[in-house]
Amino acid sequence: MIAAILSLSLLGLILGFGLGFAAKKFAVETDARVAELEALMPGTNCGQCGFPGCSGAAAALADGKASPTVCPPGGKALIQALAAKLGVSVDLSGVADEGPKIAAIEEEICIGCCRCLKDCPTDAIVGAAKQIHAVMREACTGCEACVDRCPTGAITMDPVPITLQHWVWPKPLSEGAKAWA
Amino acid sequence: MGLMEKIFALLEHGPGEHWGVHPDDRKRPAADAPLRVLPLPERLHVPLQQHIGAAARPIVLVGQKVLKGQLLAEAQGATSANIHASTSGTITAIGEITAPHPSGLPCAAITITADGEDRWIDSEPAVDPFSLAPKDTAARIAAAGVVGLGGATFPSALKLGLGLRAKIHTLILNGGECEPYLSCDDRLMRDFAAEIIDGIRIMLHATGAQKAQIGIEDNKPEAIAAMTAAARKFAEISVCPVAARYPMGSEKHLFSALTGQEVPADGRTTDLGVLVHNVGTAWAVHEALRHNRPLVERIVTLNGGAIAFPGNIRVPVGALVEDVLAYASLKEVPARLVMGGPMMGSLLPHTRVPVVKGSSGILALTAAEAAAYDPGPCIRCSSCVRACPVGLLPLEMSAHIAASDLNGAVDLGLKDCIACGCCSFVCPSHIPLVHYFNHAKGELAAQGRTQLRNDAAKRLAAARAERIERDTREKAEAAARRKAERMAQKAAEKAAAEAAAAQEAAGTAAESSEVTT
Amino acid sequence: MTGFVATAPLASPHAHSGGRVTWVMGKVMLALAPATLYGFWLYGWPAIHLWVITILFSLLGEAFCVRLMGRRAIPVLMDGSAALTGWLLALSLPPWAPWWLGAVGGLFATVIAKQVFGGLGQNLFNPAMVARVALLISFPVPMTQMVAALPLGSVGAPDFVQGLRITLAGMPNYDAVASASLLGHAKTELSRGIDLVQTFASANAPALSFIGARTGSLGETSALLIAAGGIALIFLRIITWHIPVAMLLGIALPALIGHAIDPARYLGAGTHLLSGAAMLGAFFIATDYVTSPNTRLGQLVFAFGCGFLTWVIRTYGGYPEGVAFAVLLMNALTPAIDRLIKPRIYGRDRKGKPMELPEEKA
Repeated sequence: MIAAILSLSLLGLILGFGLGFAAKKFAVETDARVAELEALMPGTNCGQCGFPGCSGAAAALADGKASPTVCPPGGKALIQALAAKLGVSVDLSGVADEGPKIAAIEEEICIGCCRCLKDCPTDAIVGAAKQIHAVMREACTGCEACVDRCPTGAITMDPVPITLQHWVWPKPLSEGAKAWA
Repeated sequence: MGLMEKIFALLEHGPGEHWGVHPDDRKRPAADAPLRVLPLPERLHVPLQQHIGAAARPIVLVGQKVLKGQLLAEAQGATSANIHASTSGTITAIGEITAPHPSGLPCAAITITADGEDRWIDSEPAVDPFSLAPKDTAARIAAAGVVGLGGATFPSALKLGLGLRAKIHTLILNGGECEPYLSCDDRLMRDFAAEIIDGIRIMLHATGAQKAQIGIEDNKPEAIAAMTAAARKFAEISVCPVAARYPMGSEKHLFSALTGQEVPADGRTTDLGVLVHNVGTAWAVHEALRHNRPLVERIVTLNGGAIAFPGNIRVPVGALVEDVLAYASLKEVPARLVMGGPMMGSLLPHTRVPVVKGSSGILALTAAEAAAYDPGPCIRCSSCVRACPVGLLPLEMSAHIAASDLNGAVDLGLKDCIACGCCSFVCPSHIPLVHYFNHAKGELAAQGRTQLRNDAAKRLAAARAERIERDTREKAEAAARRKAERMAQKAAEKAAAEAAAAQEAAGTAAESSEVTT
Repeated sequence: MTGFVATAPLASPHAHSGGRVTWVMGKVMLALAPATLYGFWLYGWPAIHLWVITILFSLLGEAFCVRLMGRRAIPVLMDGSAALTGWLLALSLPPWAPWWLGAVGGLFATVIAKQVFGGLGQNLFNPAMVARVALLISFPVPMTQMVAALPLGSVGAPDFVQGLRITLAGMPNYDAVASASLLGHAKTELSRGIDLVQTFASANAPALSFIGARTGSLGETSALLIAAGGIALIFLRIITWHIPVAMLLGIALPALIGHAIDPARYLGAGTHLLSGAAMLGAFFIATDYVTSPNTRLGQLVFAFGCGFLTWVIRTYGGYPEGVAFAVLLMNALTPAIDRLIKPRIYGRDRKGKPMELPEEKA
């Protein structure tokens, strides 16, 4: 009895020390990951995540202060890439992916003030002073940085229309979900 | 296949073929009914994209009068196909119509209001295709808007050009028609055997292949007999009956059945010197080259328990499913309306969708035929594993997809899936396996597009940052230059002033010295 | 008449082979029926009562769990899997066992061995065998009290009420009807130092009956009827030949070798195949869809392992019969087998690399 208690306690102690030692010895420097995470981010520094730019978000992710779902313009693909890099699992079914949106300028209201041009992180808005501006759909990331800058409220975020080429089969209701209903 | 592989295969399946399923074919009596012609509908809605690749660009205007066979829209880009008027009449709209696609989304289409004359456009007399260079033959096939009529609708001329470049030796004609219910190719082979054989000879000429094999499932003895009789005169064309088994009509599986080889996962049949075309495409090639008639109509099988008079019908491209069903009369409201075969065809959202070049059949299925039950839990019976003609693990793949682990499904071979439907067909739990795979493939494609977009955004952001930096640098440099210039000017002025002052001083000194001396 | 509108996008195929889980389970039960009826005739009313009780409690356990999860029980019970589990368990119990053995076993099979894992299709181990092993370890005495066959209608066979009394209140004088199964007898005698040649030469040795009129649980008595049911399942395409053949080979091959070397120590292949639950295991237990591998090759490996382990346990182990243990051990290996043995994908080699093009093209 005593021998058993002693041996088990000893074993526990040794293994505990081993684990503690390993945790110290093989600890991953978080800084190394920040650069890798930042490389995955869109790099537009749009600020939708609430952190100072993409590098700020990457640092927060590495510290565990942000979840992989931090970046709205990145979409599901980015969430998965970040989760894989961080080694965490994310339940994507909970992510409300209401579809990508892009900015559109209402021509009647635009006064050609050029303010939005300067704030667009991808130079997706073209135009000149006193000329109506236009959004290049291919370049817009939907970061919404321009929306608040417009003095006349001419910029709206419109969902990208779903076409035959972009339509995706919805996920089938799982057997469980059907049986529960 | 190595020896070990043969032993494995023997242990696993016993001797003989083992892939696929044997669905009840239900081709008759529709296959035996004589070919009918759809009375010309009042309006035709011709979609601009009836092929794989980019949509064609319309070249007609609303209000314009067109003749049957007149070019309505021309191919745009490398992979695309011409679209022609299916009847004579007036263009009344260039707008949208619901696509024959389960999403129910619209596609661009040109609406022709028929004038009832159905008059062909005058064309120059046909030239002997064998006097043309292979490339010119292919160009004429492209001009006629011929696409693969087996279902994939890949522009045929492109495929022929691919075969010519790959120096293929054999042309395989796919007359498998393994889908249950469908008999449009069967009917075509019975009624137009000579025309198909002529089309095959033209295709041989266009590709430079030496021989052609026509693979026909052995459940179509009449078609085999007709084609054999028509091919007798030509030593280079042979008819090869193959076992009736689904999916024999899959390009890779027919190829394997006829050649005994396997197409590498990252390759095409042309890598092995073989090009596969559908028999319907051969007929369309004959029509295009011998009669200068572009692809504006096709044979469509009308079948299913809800149809009163099943059979095959010649339908102009752009006719609505509604018109076709009205002609064949429905016995009851169908539980499912399908375009194509029951195994791979797509569910139609409603009846106001047009027939397109790739529509092989319109099936109005009753509830009993569709056999839809609520899915139950997977009992791991591995029926799907045995049925899969590609050798995948559908049950594992769907479990990964259900848990949103798309990459896990890819690791199991999702990208090799041909969506043939064998797994869902046999599943005793009625799990919509193909639906899972469709979802995963679409989701992966969407993620790929998002990734591309993110990369592009990153490049743009970097370019912008660089531009801003360059601007500020240039501004700073310009400012520095101006400052330097100002400094230099100032210095020069100062120097000049000093010099003047010095001179003055010297002058006064001299003066004073003069004075003093 | 064209008032058709689709409500939701449904993927192809729009046809089905018509197979359903309920029918699969039903066909398996049908294949079990001849051997079961024969067992009923052999052991009379107590066996029938026990069979009913075991199935009833299996269904109860399943229904209880399903209700607990807030789902409707009837559709789940309709799939037939719980009834089949109870049936298989009943076949592996001593025919005159007390009612509570069947009740505890039935509940254990569906609640602990199946629903706790997540229900149909999720369990790692065969529920009937988990329950049998649990009972064998927990209640070794009633689980090994075998009785001699006393066919219905013969002199002294219990009628309906007497049968009920035996099942509910226990056997009045067990020693009068006690008997030993062949494997049990062989093991006992071997442990007493009597070799097999002498054991089977003596007059009171259990006979190896090919038609199955002999001592054992319901599923052990008629090896031939069980095998006939199994072969019917192969023809009905519910199972394939791979698992039964490999498992029987796994038992027969070592038995043949052992018996040839030392007949006094090792039982012959025929004895092994026709006694105990060898046939039941090969055709009905190891072939369980949920707990066997997905690929044919994997199934061959799995079933040969089941057979071989059965022989090892019977020959060297402490228990006379080893099918249940062997199947459970191989069940534990099923995920590993499925991971290692996958079908070859078209156009790829076994490792998943795309095939090379033939050399002729350069």
